[in-house]
Amino acid sequence: MAPMTLYGATLSWNVTRCVAALEEAGAEYEIVPINFGTGEHKSPEHLARNPFGQVPALQDGDLYLFESRAICKYACRKNKPELLKVGDLKESAMVDVWLEVEANQYTSALNPILFECLIRPILGGTTDQKVVEENLEKLKKVLEVYEARLTKCKYLAGDFISLADLNHVSVTLCLFATPHASVFDAYPHVKAWWAGLMARPSVQKVAALMKPSA
Amino acid sequence: MAKQVKLYGWAFSPFVSRALLCLEEAGVEYELIPMSRKAGDHRRPEHLARNPFGQVPVLEDGDLTLFESRAIGRHVLRKHKPELLGEGNLEQAAMVDVWLEVEAHQHHPVAFAIVVECVFAPLLGRARNQAAVDENVAKLKKVLEVYEARLSQSKYLAGDSISLADLSHFTVMHYFMATEYAAVVEALPHVKAWWEELAARPAARKVAAFMPLGFGPSMEEQQ
Repeated sequence: MAPMTLYGATLSWNVTRCVAALEEAGAEYEIVPINFGTGEHKSPEHLARNPFGQVPALQDGDLYLFESRAICKYACRKNKPELLKVGDLKESAMVDVWLEVEANQYTSALNPILFECLIRPILGGTTDQKVVEENLEKLKKVLEVYEARLTKCKYLAGDFISLADLNHVSVTLCLFATPHASVFDAYPHVKAWWAGLMARPSVQKVAALMKPSA
Repeated sequence: MAKQVKLYGWAFSPFVSRALLCLEEAGVEYELIPMSRKAGDHRRPEHLARNPFGQVPVLEDGDLTLFESRAIGRHVLRKHKPELLGEGNLEQAAMVDVWLEVEAHQHHPVAFAIVVECVFAPLLGRARNQAAVDENVAKLKKVLEVYEARLSQSKYLAGDSISLADLSHFTVMHYFMATEYAAVVEALPHVKAWWEELAARPAARKVAAFMPLGFGPSMEEQQ
């Protein structure tokens, strides 16, 4: 069976979100970079994979998928459905809740910080500290909730690891490449949860793929 | 007798009514527990115990407490109408997931921003930010061009059957279509037809009644 192809540059935390899931699910895949510099993301070939002209995109045989979190779910459904707790109504509902929380609460606060600290300089601009500060405050409020949650359970959806935890990996690795990683210090259970994730071979693989610094 | 399923929130919230739509589509017996946004019910300890992020909706289904409207929608449909998630078919489930993400990350941020400025801001007594509206209308046009192409090839977003991916658009679009920018949808024949069919569903009509478009005391009272 041919491996799946993940399109996109590993600089993108949306692309590496998928790598974490693909690795943990034990999927066979290869990464094919897409060159934004040459406008490859807007080429007809790439628009056929992702009509929004974005990365990542995934090809599995005749199936083309896009949106990183949909790709991550597919990798789990196909190769390791226990990461979604398929077949258990209650547990799969909890996974879905914390998958939404990652997107709507955690990453929505973290994205602007990562953009200002890691991407803005690459584009030749200066980091907007006001945006960073505002979003750090939002992130702290989110981390307070995570701290309370992770005091009660080992992982976000319960006492089992799930895609909900893994979807945090790429953006959190990026946070640790900014000057603001110390925001985690006030939340010991969050730190322990992160340390546990970092110890996983799948997460080590993602860390190795990402650029070491901004 | 108390109902097994309770939904907490104010129904004029498109997030709460997204969950309501799923409950209606699923044909589930439920109780809507009204909360007051104005009175800050969502910040009270009893609500934070249900949703530590202090938001609505919250679903209680027996001893299961869920928050985040799309997660609530998924649970309700998984339990009662799994075909609306493409469950059991890897490719179908994947397409539903893709277009649900598109709703959440491509459609929602721009359509909701327009709704906030054009529908909610006047109610909250503040001026509309026309620059923000213009910026988001331009973005929405680009997004809907992709929808038009997609809906020219398949009846619904995820394929030939309706799914949560389609349903998840209804509540924000209900408000959007009441603004002067509805023309953006009306200019796209396949998007227009898809929208009209969605809005004609009995469940959608029922939920639309919870989301008043009239400006005036009724919405303030609900707050």
